[in-house]
Amino acid sequence: MTVPPFSPEEIASEGIKPAEYEEIVKRLDRHPNKAELGMFGVMWSEHCCYKNSRPLLKQFPTTGKHILVGPGENAGVVDLGDGHHLAFKIESHNHPSAVEPFQGATTGVGGILRDIFTMGARPIAILNSLRFGSLEDAKTRRIFNGVVEGIAHYGNCTGIPTVGGEVYFDRAYSGNPLVNAMALGLMETEEIVKSGASGIGNPVLYVGSTTGRDGMGGASFASAELSDDSMDDRPAVQVGDPFLEKSLIEACLEAFKTGAVVAAQDMGAAGLTCSTSEMAEKGGVGVELDLDKIPAREPGMTPYEYLLSESQERMLFVAKKGREEELIEIFHRWGLHAVVAGKVIKEPLVRIFHQGQIAAEVPAAALAEDTPIYHRELLSEPPEYARKAWEWTVSSVDACTEEGIEIGEKWQSWNEVLLQLLDTPSLASKRWVYRQYDHQVQNNTLILPGAADAAVIRLRPIPPAIATPLIKGGRGDRKGVAVTTDCNSRYVYLDPYEGSKAAVAEAARNLSCVGAEPIAITDNLNFGSPEHPVGYWQLALACRGIAEACQELGTPVTGGNVSLYNETLDSEGKPAAIYPTPVIGMVGLVPDITRTCGQGWQSEGDRIYLLGSHSPVTLGASEYLATIHGAIAGKPPQIDFELERKVQAACRYGIREGWVKSAHDCAEGGLAFALAECCISGNLGAEITLNAPQNGQRWDEILFGEGGNRILVAIAAESQSVWEDYLGEVLNNLWQGVGTVTQLEGNLRISRGSRTSALLDVKICDMRERWSRAIERRL
Amino acid sequence: MNFGIIVFPGSNCDRDVAYVTRDLLQQPTRMVWHQETDIDDLDVVIIPGGFSYGDYLRCGAIARFSPVINSVLEHAKKGKYILGICNGFQVLTEVGLLPGALIRNRNLHFICDRIPLKVERTDLPWTQNYTDQTVVNIPIAHGEGRYYAEPKTLKKLENNKQVLFRYSSTLGHTSKEYNPNGSLHNIAGIMNEKGNILGMMPHPERASDPVLGATDGIHLFKGLLTGITH
Repeated sequence: MTVPPFSPEEIASEGIKPAEYEEIVKRLDRHPNKAELGMFGVMWSEHCCYKNSRPLLKQFPTTGKHILVGPGENAGVVDLGDGHHLAFKIESHNHPSAVEPFQGATTGVGGILRDIFTMGARPIAILNSLRFGSLEDAKTRRIFNGVVEGIAHYGNCTGIPTVGGEVYFDRAYSGNPLVNAMALGLMETEEIVKSGASGIGNPVLYVGSTTGRDGMGGASFASAELSDDSMDDRPAVQVGDPFLEKSLIEACLEAFKTGAVVAAQDMGAAGLTCSTSEMAEKGGVGVELDLDKIPAREPGMTPYEYLLSESQERMLFVAKKGREEELIEIFHRWGLHAVVAGKVIKEPLVRIFHQGQIAAEVPAAALAEDTPIYHRELLSEPPEYARKAWEWTVSSVDACTEEGIEIGEKWQSWNEVLLQLLDTPSLASKRWVYRQYDHQVQNNTLILPGAADAAVIRLRPIPPAIATPLIKGGRGDRKGVAVTTDCNSRYVYLDPYEGSKAAVAEAARNLSCVGAEPIAITDNLNFGSPEHPVGYWQLALACRGIAEACQELGTPVTGGNVSLYNETLDSEGKPAAIYPTPVIGMVGLVPDITRTCGQGWQSEGDRIYLLGSHSPVTLGASEYLATIHGAIAGKPPQIDFELERKVQAACRYGIREGWVKSAHDCAEGGLAFALAECCISGNLGAEITLNAPQNGQRWDEILFGEGGNRILVAIAAESQSVWEDYLGEVLNNLWQGVGTVTQLEGNLRISRGSRTSALLDVKICDMRERWSRAIERRL
Repeated sequence: MNFGIIVFPGSNCDRDVAYVTRDLLQQPTRMVWHQETDIDDLDVVIIPGGFSYGDYLRCGAIARFSPVINSVLEHAKKGKYILGICNGFQVLTEVGLLPGALIRNRNLHFICDRIPLKVERTDLPWTQNYTDQTVVNIPIAHGEGRYYAEPKTLKKLENNKQVLFRYSSTLGHTSKEYNPNGSLHNIAGIMNEKGNILGMMPHPERASDPVLGATDGIHLFKGLLTGITH
């Protein structure tokens, strides 16, 4: 090989490893120029080409009766019947949010929305899965505030309700927060708009905003560890404009309906480079693009800058020849740029012109398909941290009694323990967050945030915005979609395989708790560096767990996002990785929106049941162990899929029959915590009777132990016999009546069998005070 | 009754309002693009919520220069009805059809919530259906909804009984603690002197569909229907 025209530092600065540079030269049969090197740098980043994760992602189930579009397009699409086609996807914007929280979060939302409407779907809901460090830390508070405000700004302005998600706080995320945004859209076009270019000679249209110098090389930036220097990398963060996005949504959907658009691709990561090469590669054709035609935000931009810019709110279309003017007019009416900037060519390459010269010419496949893949070696045995954590047994926890527990010479009653858990920001009310999100716009939000285990949105086709004649309308549909995001990353950290299975199972359980049938998932794999054996071990085992759980629960994977290198390097270069966090975004079908339910108790006298009651619980990896005892140890609960399916099916059936009036998953904090939430939500007390511990079980295991397969439901007293007959039939003895809903502003009282003294007896107002102000009072 | 809903680039509650007037109330409804000028066919003009023109500069400040606004002024002069909701209220104050201004919420955050409102008058088409209900529950969703006006203007508003809705407790108390955004006098909605123009920050269209579990808002639209045909 001849001497490269670049120094090793220049090559490394594009995120390209020396061996990868050699591969580039092989594919080009020459050295790349600066612009081409930049193109390879972003396209061969983990963010764009999944070079570390692709072999692992292959094991995911991706087909099923509802699946219309699986992984590989801008978003997955599922068929919900009656002509409702739902597009949905999740994506991360972790590193930009670490450096510039507000813009990082806004553009994270903007990017995922474009993935949805590029398919021809109108966005109908946004969710966010967020992880931050501890709120005791001022820097975390700044990031948390900025991220929430950024999400609010973008979602609120574009008029898409932000209806759900999750927020966790843990020191593992101090230097590297996670910002994952998920969006759902309802198809408005008859055909799903795909991204493969076709029709030699067809014009290539650039539409939307201008191209500037923002977000340069963001994809590469997202695929490296964060260090002290990253903070100087602000230009790698994009700047969003939700007003342009809103207009772009309307203009694109209108354009797609003309039938003049052959293919569309949004410009997200790697901007023009990614959109041209992916459209060309997927269509098996080439794309020629003239940079002089691109509306520029500033003069004097080089080809390198054009090609790597990640300016927001831009799209690339392939139009039918002769119909480009029709499309351009639509975009101009919405005040957006639209220009013919190139054409589809036969040779399968991306050819870029700048000032009359060829500025770059690269085979499309070399950028988008024939990319590096790393098959890494899996550790032959679990890493030391895990083995050590697994040595934990419950015997290392101080002994407890019926009244409470002595921890380090301090006596704590179960009341105090529960109140402390309620005051834990990860478990507490997220009202401070979702009150900043417009969660009702579009008039389809059936269940408000915080009221149930999952969000429920009515499915209703939306008429066009612009001048329609005076018409009278019809009524909405009866179908709805339920959606949730879930991941208990402490579980995954302590056992990536079991923890990931639990994440999928919990997502499905949350959907079942609102009466929805789980349909499919999108996943966001947030992990540390795969180049470290431990990081790869976590990733590989998590993927195995997700694949297995999705198979078991019949919820295929329709796509998602991989975010690796979520590590912070301290000033000495020592890496600290986040907890491995595979966020599961799951959608489910609500056949009848008049038959759903929330988590709060509904009426005094209702009977309370625990489904899956004899399922084993553990303090291992539990919130109780972490918060009350300060220990991150043990093994997380294991999911019994047979029981999981049965419990969820029973819950859904009960809701559809109208027996079940409220349902709530028993997750972090165990049974006692779930009961507390039902009381607070419904503002009604509960009188609970539990069996005495058996087989050496402890009271804290009964109250705060965590396990899968468990759902708390309440039913009207008059449904008791029919409900119990049904349970006997489908769950045998794996359920238990545990108590009764009591009066308004009553107490949560838990006692043992026939004895009258209570283990736990707390006023709702005391619980609410802790739970509702836990986040706010730390800001 | 013919309803027209103005659509600016950045409007985002336009379809929500149309859903109420067209689908729930079965009234002829059309969307009016901001560049249109002929709106003579309309009985009621609704300026919906959203972020017209991105709300750059100031909420509603750019929208006032839209071609359609001159026709809206004509519509107002004729004594026909105009309802501005949220961003629409902001536009109406910018245009000068309603006094005062809406500034950034006291806590500097966007607030989306369901808030009780005290209905101050029920002798108007807008509120005549609230006779047996002095407090209604209607969603709000805004970052800049804090009503502000000069003391003189406020006094005039109060003397003329132009304040229709005030943020309140569920029992109708309008003390400071029930004020979500810091609005002066807890003002949530006001009308002009003539009574044909109403601007309000809360979203009645979001409390209109029984399927969604809240219906306090639809009575405002229904009141308009009977009020005008009489």
